[in-house]
This record gives sequence, C-alpha cells and structure tokens, in this order.
Amino acid sequence: MTTMALVNPACGGITPPSAIFTEIPTESETRMQTRDLNVFYGGNQALHKIELDIPRHKVTALIGPSGCGKSTFLRCLNRMNDVVENCQVQGTVMLDDQDVYSPYLDVVLLRARVGMVFQKPNPFPKSIFDNVAYGPRIHGIAKCRDKLDEIVMESLRRARLFDEVKDRLHAPGTSLSGGQQQRLCIARAIAVEPEVVLMDEPCSSLDPIATGGIEELIAELKDEYTIVMVTHSMQQAARISQKTAYFHMGHLVEVGETEEVFSNPIDQRTRDYVTGRIG
Amino acid sequence: MNNLPRSQRIVSGLKARHRMERIFRAAGFSALLLGVVFLGVLLVSITSKGFLAFQQTKILLEVNLPFDINSANYQSIMKKTLRDMFPNIETRREKKELYAIVSSGAAYELKKFTEQNHHNAGRTVDVWVTASDDVDMLIKGAVSRDDQPEVRRLSDVQLVHIDRLIEKKLIETRFNSGFFLNGDSREPERAGIAAAMMGTFFSLIVCLLLAFPTGVMAAIYLEEFAPKNLLTDFIEVNINNLAAVPSIVFGLLGLAIFLSIFGLPRSAPLVGGMVLTLMTLPTIIIAGRASLKAVPPSIREAALALGASKVQTVFHHVLPLAMPGVLTGAIIGMARAIGETAPLLMIGMVAFIVDIPKTVLDPATALPVQIFLWADSPERAFEERTAATILVLLGFLIVMNMLAVILRRKFEIRF
Repeated sequence: MTTMALVNPACGGITPPSAIFTEIPTESETRMQTRDLNVFYGGNQALHKIELDIPRHKVTALIGPSGCGKSTFLRCLNRMNDVVENCQVQGTVMLDDQDVYSPYLDVVLLRARVGMVFQKPNPFPKSIFDNVAYGPRIHGIAKCRDKLDEIVMESLRRARLFDEVKDRLHAPGTSLSGGQQQRLCIARAIAVEPEVVLMDEPCSSLDPIATGGIEELIAELKDEYTIVMVTHSMQQAARISQKTAYFHMGHLVEVGETEEVFSNPIDQRTRDYVTGRIG
Repeated sequence: MNNLPRSQRIVSGLKARHRMERIFRAAGFSALLLGVVFLGVLLVSITSKGFLAFQQTKILLEVNLPFDINSANYQSIMKKTLRDMFPNIETRREKKELYAIVSSGAAYELKKFTEQNHHNAGRTVDVWVTASDDVDMLIKGAVSRDDQPEVRRLSDVQLVHIDRLIEKKLIETRFNSGFFLNGDSREPERAGIAAAMMGTFFSLIVCLLLAFPTGVMAAIYLEEFAPKNLLTDFIEVNINNLAAVPSIVFGLLGLAIFLSIFGLPRSAPLVGGMVLTLMTLPTIIIAGRASLKAVPPSIREAALALGASKVQTVFHHVLPLAMPGVLTGAIIGMARAIGETAPLLMIGMVAFIVDIPKTVLDPATALPVQIFLWADSPERAFEERTAATILVLLGFLIVMNMLAVILRRKFEIRF
C-alpha cells in the first residue's frame, strides 16, 4: 500500500526536501501516534500530555466520563479543532510519518485521508446520492459519471444502506431515519476512501437496533480502515474495539488491549469507571 | 408560614396567573387592533383619493383634420373646433374661457392623433382630448359647482358649457393612461409618473447590482473568514451604526464624493442607485450575517471533515442554506431604499423631469421625490395624483415583499 504525500507542494513557502511527493511504503503496526499532546481552550487545559498509538486496521475505543477530553482528542487527529475559536494544540500528532500539525501540511488533504463521523447524523440537505458523491466530486476522484455512480453505490453498499435506499437515491438525505442517516454519513465518509475513520459517539442518538447495525458495520470496516471511536457505552467498547484508552479529566489514564482494560484494569479510576462505580 | 397543603397553595395563586394571561392577551390584541385601524385609515384615505387620478376627464371634439400634418397650426384648429361647437360666443374673455375647458396639451394630443391617423387627413373625425384639470375636478366631484368661483376655478359661463357637453354626452371620464406614460408637467392633467417610475427602476437596479454582491460577500467574509479580533469587532459596531445613520447623511456623502470628486452627472439614477447602495449595504450585511450564523455548525463540520476547503464549504453548503434569509434581507433593504427621498434630494434627483429617462445617466426623479414635489403643488388636481403615486409606490412595495416571501419559500431547505 502506498501513501499519498500529505504535503501540498502548492502551499508556498519553503518545502522541506524530505516532504516533496514522498511515497512511503509504511506497513508498520502504528497508523497514528500522538506525542506530548496538550490542548488548551483559552486558559483551560483540556488535554495533558497525551501519548497514544492508534494501531492499523483495528478499532480503538476512547472511553471516559463526559468532559474528559476524548472528543477533543479525536478532533485533534484530523485538525477539526482548527475551526474552534481559542483552541490551541501543542505537541505532535503523526499520521504514518507525517506531522499533522506541520505548517507544510495541507489540511484538505489530511481530512481526505482521515475522515470523520459525528455524534449527531449530519447529512447535507441534498439527495442521498449527492451526499455520498460530494466528497469524490470535490476531490475529483471520479473521472466520469459512471465511475462516480460506482463509488456511490459501493460506499452505500459498504455502509449497508444500499438495499434500503436503492429506489430513492434522489430523495433528500434528511428524509431517512436516524440510523439510516448515520449510515449515510458513514457512506459519505468512506466514499472519499480515507485511511483512518474517526467516529465521535456515532451511536449516541440511535436506538439499540440501529446501534447494533452500526456496530456490525464498524466491525467490518476495520479490515479496510483504521477506526478510532469515542463511546459512552462500555459494552460497545468491549464488543467492537481491540484497543481501549481511558481518559479522565484530560489525562490519558490507561491504555491497552480492550480485554485487558475491562477485565484487569491497572488504575483505580479505570476500575471504578469500567465496573460502573463512577461515570 | 401558612400550613395550607401544597396543591392548595398553587390553586390560590392560579387565579392571579390566569388573570395576568388574560390581561396580556387583551393588551396584545388591542395593540394589533390599533395598528390595523391606523393602517386601514391610511389606506382608505389614500386609496379613495388616489383612485380618482387613474381616471381622467376627456372631451369629444369633432375635428376637421388638416392635410398638412407637419406645418398645421393645431392650436388654432383646436380653437376653431371649440368655437364651432359653441357658436354664440362673442367676447374675447368668453373665448378665452371656452378654450380653457380643454387642457393646454390638447393641441399636442390632436397633433399626435393626426400623425397616427394620417389616412384620415382632410376628413372630420371624433377625437377625445383631455379636459383641463379644473373641469376634471368638477366632473369627479372634487369641487362643487356651488363653491365660490375662486375655489372651483370655473366661471359660470364655463359651467354652462360643461353642462351642454354633459347633456350631449361629449364629456366623460376614461382610464388615465397618460398618468403612467407621461413625464412630469406643470399642468396636472398632463402630469405622469413615467419619469419617476423609470428613475426608481434604474436606481433600484443599480442599487441591487452593487449592494447585493458586495453586501453578501462582506457578510460571508466577516462571518466565515475574518479572524475574531478587535478590528472586526470595531467594523461590526460601525456597520450596525451605519444602518441607523439618517439617510440624508448618505445623500450628503454622495454629493461630496460621487458628484464633486468623481464628477458623475447630477440627477442621474446611477448616482441615486449608488447612494441607495451605501444606505442598503449595512442592512444586507447584517441580515446576511444573521442568516449565515443561523446555519447549523454541524453542516460546516460535515463538509470540512470530508476535506472540503473553507470556500467550498461556504459556497456549497452554508450559503445555499442561508440564501432565504440573505434574500429577505436584501429585499427588505431594497424596499427601504425604494421609499427613500432625502438622499435623492441631495444628489439632484428632485428635478422637474419631463423626458422619460432611457439610461442610468439621463436625468430622472424617483417616485418618493415625485410625491414630495406634487404634495407641494397648489393645484387641486395634484392632490389626487400625489395619492395615486403613493398607491403605485405601495404597489411596488407589496410586489417586492411578496417576492421576498416567495423566494424564501422557494429556497427554504428543511434540515
């Protein structure tokens, strides 16, 4: 597997020689890693020295009580925090061997490689087809109409939505049910063929049946993508993730194999949380 | 402390709460009623007066059309025709009074009629010519024949002539097309609002073309791209201030800059539109920003997370969703501009314009200025014309506001 260069050669300034069109045949275990990551909202420090490795082709679950910084962490990975006022990020976030916060990096390209699915389904008020086709269109991925159709169908199929909407691809995406909308958002994210998919509590606004569907979908998607998921449900984390990170008050308290974290947590706070004593 | 049970304490207060609700409803309803009554009175008084101006008294003359269309003296043909209709008129004074029952523009109408009907040259044909404004007022009942001659402005002899015309059915009120086709005139019966309508139309077009793109771009930049710092706060305060600046100040600005420095022509709708642009811009920017702000941030995040650039996010997703509000703001701004008089006075659009402007550089006036001018005129007949012009202006406003509603419905996307 080859990797696109994150650096946009057109973004001006001095481009470090190592970053020009580098094609890195990386197949290491770690897809993303953060080192000494601190995030501030104005004067408040939201994250303290987070050091976390995101393994390739696995589901990493971020758990912890509300306000512990897990969503903030997630949004650092594709620089969605850039649009938040007063938000300052220090430290390094690496995608393979490229620095996500490097001034030479083009954030558009980064977000094409690191996709995101949000807590609340947020389809565009456009047709189902246009929702999924939007990403490939802006990136010019599809060269012709047939190719675009193919990408859209394939993405919907992979998001397990195709059978339900194949007769009404031109109906507005907002006319779908909550669970369908969330699957539409997943289809939209994977239509761009990202390498990493970030999911911010993707099931929190869904009923148990829709949640089950999304969970199965995530389990399937991990074979092709690297998935990082924030969740409030410990059962969900236990069911579908291979790695779990427990956040508490802006600190990464414990990280490990999911089974380990749930069955044999080291830290007292993790133990309290996963056994349901707090949280 | 009283020891009443909880529910009883709630019950004892319920009466007062329900009374407050009734009082508030009654107050709200009466406020609405008051507004409706005032509006009704305004509309009824303007409409009852203004509608008269849509009719114009015309007199039927049997005219022997001249052969020589170009060099004929239509004034004397007109006079001769009138003398033939009323043969027993001798004195100079009586003749003058007779000629005065038709409009001073009747000879021009006759000329125009002859030119259009040149195949009838030499024959005697029926021609409807416009009656003078004094006759018009009498026929429409705006003045009574029992009034003093100074008030009704018609002599007893003229009244006799008019009675004879009525008897022979040679005088009647017809639709006043001249009101919509003519420019201004000193003679009320010949005065029309075409020059003012065209002036208003050109000014609005210029205003729309300048203010809408500029205002929307400024709103997008300030809302989506500009960094939030002291400078942008300062700009925001100033934009809000500009929206409240008296319009005459914009007129003075236009006079000083567009006319004095840039040397643009006086009285031109181009300059009028530019001045109105200055006035409308703050409204459009404020409304635009408000509707951009109302677009849910989740839509922006969705687009950004897919790798859309900021500009793509704004133009593909945010602006289409904000469009109904942006358009409504623009149309409300334009509707304010259409009724603006003061800034136009400053740049000379208050002129007496007879010729109908054909481009944005021709001298023109505007509907509200025309109302202002006519409201100042002493002739009785200008009163109804003023009211009629107000009606036309109200018509324009209703059309524009309806357009705002329709556009909002059309572009509204539910999410």
